[in-house]
Amino acid sequence: MNAPVSPKDLAQARPSRRDVVVASALVGGTLLVGCSPADIMSAGSKVEVGAFGPFIKIAPDGVVTVISKHVEFGQGNHAGLAAIVAEELDADWTKVQVEQAPANAKLYANGALGAQLTGGSSAIANSWDQLRKAGAGARAMFVQAAANRWNVAVGEVTVKDSVLTHTSGKTAGFGELLADAAKVPPPTDVKLKDPKTFTLIGTDRVRRKDAQAKSDGTARYTQDVRLPDMLTAVVAHAPRFGAKVKSLDAVDAKKVPGVVDVFEIPTGVAVVAQTTYAARMGREALKLEWDEDKAEKRGSAAIAQLFHDVAAGRNTETKWEAFDQRGDATALASAKGEKVFETTYEFPYLAHATMEPMNCVAAVDGGKVKLTFGSQGQTLDQLAAAKIVGCLPGSVEIETLFAGGSFGRRANFQSDYVAECVHVAKKVGKGRPVKLVWTREDDMRAGYFRPLTIHAVKVQLDKDGYPAAWRHRIVSQSIMKGSPMGGKGPDQTAIEGTAGSPYLKATPIVDAQVALPDVGVPVLWWRSVGATHTAFVMEHTIDQLAAKAGKDPIEYRRALYTKAGADRHLAALNLAVEKASAPTVGWTRGVAVHESFGSVVAQVAEVKLEDGVPRVGRVVTAIDCGVAISPDQIAAQMEGGTCYGLSAALFGEVTLTDGQIDQTNFDRYRVLRINEVPMVETNIVPSGNPPSGVGGPGTPVIGPAVANALFALNKTATTRLPFVRSES
Amino acid sequence: MAVTLDINGKPTAIQAAPETPLLWVLRDELGMTGTKFGCGVAQCGACTVHLDGQPIRSCVTPIAAVGTAKITTIEGLSGQHPVQQAWVRHDVPQCGYCQSGQIMSACALLAQKPKPSDEDIDNAMAGNICRCGAYQRIRAAIKDAADFGPPQGDKHADIDEAIVAASGATNRGAGR
Repeated sequence: MNAPVSPKDLAQARPSRRDVVVASALVGGTLLVGCSPADIMSAGSKVEVGAFGPFIKIAPDGVVTVISKHVEFGQGNHAGLAAIVAEELDADWTKVQVEQAPANAKLYANGALGAQLTGGSSAIANSWDQLRKAGAGARAMFVQAAANRWNVAVGEVTVKDSVLTHTSGKTAGFGELLADAAKVPPPTDVKLKDPKTFTLIGTDRVRRKDAQAKSDGTARYTQDVRLPDMLTAVVAHAPRFGAKVKSLDAVDAKKVPGVVDVFEIPTGVAVVAQTTYAARMGREALKLEWDEDKAEKRGSAAIAQLFHDVAAGRNTETKWEAFDQRGDATALASAKGEKVFETTYEFPYLAHATMEPMNCVAAVDGGKVKLTFGSQGQTLDQLAAAKIVGCLPGSVEIETLFAGGSFGRRANFQSDYVAECVHVAKKVGKGRPVKLVWTREDDMRAGYFRPLTIHAVKVQLDKDGYPAAWRHRIVSQSIMKGSPMGGKGPDQTAIEGTAGSPYLKATPIVDAQVALPDVGVPVLWWRSVGATHTAFVMEHTIDQLAAKAGKDPIEYRRALYTKAGADRHLAALNLAVEKASAPTVGWTRGVAVHESFGSVVAQVAEVKLEDGVPRVGRVVTAIDCGVAISPDQIAAQMEGGTCYGLSAALFGEVTLTDGQIDQTNFDRYRVLRINEVPMVETNIVPSGNPPSGVGGPGTPVIGPAVANALFALNKTATTRLPFVRSES
Repeated sequence: MAVTLDINGKPTAIQAAPETPLLWVLRDELGMTGTKFGCGVAQCGACTVHLDGQPIRSCVTPIAAVGTAKITTIEGLSGQHPVQQAWVRHDVPQCGYCQSGQIMSACALLAQKPKPSDEDIDNAMAGNICRCGAYQRIRAAIKDAADFGPPQGDKHADIDEAIVAASGATNRGAGR
């Protein structure tokens, strides 16, 4: 749920057939003509499927293991996925555990994305039907087995807490009936429960299954992998994106005790050693020169200036793409007067800064690859490894571990750190495992940032004060460009949230366009993706328009939602406002509402200024995320998402000086700490709709809510984030 | 150099250069991987262990500086320490990577201040970053472990029932 690829955006987003075939053709034989990409991607895989299908295993002691196709990096999806199965299976929740699925695109593809990939806050949404059917199917097999054993009608058998009971009083547990149930042919058509009869879903019994392991140090992350004969590698990367190794002197590095080998790989120079510390010391002893001919040498200020120039029409080299055009907006371009609102917003590069820096364990033996790490995009990672080694992508084995956060970082089309590890392991060879360790500095300097983004907005209000014409220009970098998942039309990841906004729907004349100049700084989705900037722009603009119109910002929103038919926005706003009740004395309120990943989040934030720095106290949240499977984990994601968004809004900024990253650790990349955290209250809008995203949607709303509170407090609009700028 | 460190009550012989940070001795030499690497410069607190009961950042503590001090790591807690139990009750962890460090800081705080104020919690815990933002629950779990709130059971249930009855919506967070 955390990770941010919008299912809507990526509905067409599948690894292209061509790409996959090219990869498989590399092995020089098996060209799988006529197969689907999923078939090709899973070719060579040796995953065994049991009697109850790919998602359920049941042991003789009755313990149910739910196999999760999605990685768990904090978002709580393992609890939710297990609960969906347990509900339909009528399993005893205390005897349900979760296991991570192996890599196999055919069995475990994300239904929304077409690849085995956790992203777009889609884990629960895309599994909902699939796992309900899996659970109900297994339940039917047990019921049939019991009916056969007792020689009774299936209609006379009920299931509760993993125990089957006949009307006569006979009982048997899953364990006792296991062998018989496994022989029952899986039903082709299963009846799902009426959601009104759910006994587990929506209750507080749905809690994390990993809380104990994550509280006693036994949860296993990539960083913790220890395999026989394993080596550790660090890589010296170029100081600027796009630079290459010019000369390497490894004499001193090889003298460092524990260093085993030093060699060049495409992304730099690898130092392989017995321990992490030795590898790092070896890297420090390298003598390296870089060829920076093709490197990106611009600083972030120059890049921002370029984007402002593009937005203002002063730079005409970048192509504009329209994403919402209705009516004739030509008059708006030159419109002036008190009914005209015009502003620009600037958003910086942001690092994901996961607690566990990127890392991977790989072992390569000829054409055999085994990866052990917190993989977020198994299919992408298989493809990357297969291309390097020259094997069938499906034969790349992946053991997916817990990941120490991702926020989108671990899924990218280049599989950057995974590919780096495979290159090192290939050179080491003989199936010897290599753990690639990135330091915090490596991680921060590697890029894949939330793109620096500019919005230029101009709105003409009608006689009643509502938007009559809306001109919108977004300048950002494309995340999808050149990727196998890049679809047609403008890059949705840059415009989602402005595209589809109820405020634009309620405006008769719209001219919204996006320009995506090429910049050599790698960019990527970052928790809630486009909404990280579009939510801020739309929500902060609305408060300024309401002020211009002399209207209350909540009433102003209600009117626009009604006009746009945005009933879910209205319901979420109303619930948050109702629950917030009277403001706390001494605090100023700001409101924001945004839909992302199919869910609508409304927040009422109470803010005050302490020494010029915004302090956020209470945040009343309402979320409509369809059926609430685990209210506790939804609350956890609202709390955490709010912190992640507030951290970025208050402090988050990556800058470059002459192409080099300025913030390389938490000393300069300031993040939210416990003394700066608001109290988040979560209210769930009752809904019978299928579940939608939870990991992303909690993140983008707090920034504009705080900006709106500050605007109410001192009439000053925020046109640039973060609020607290170290260089200002 | 060969030295013997007192780790979780056991004399433990290790072989490492004196400037080697304790973190890497624990993780790489001894395979005690509960203590995490996060930043390497004492900024994030993921590597927090106790040295004679005091929380320290093992990523910047060379083994030469440890001497005969008693080292306690997350593995040295029982797994059922009251702080760990509170962590589980509140479903504190999300990705979980920072939690060993958070728990070690929280245990040290409670050992010194059995009934910490919010300010005490801020002061003791501000050195531990959680990027998932589990801070609200960390605070709640510390107070719970300190026996400020109900020590057992599911405290959400009664709140939820009342609110569901009143509005059809669920509310959580208030008062935690």
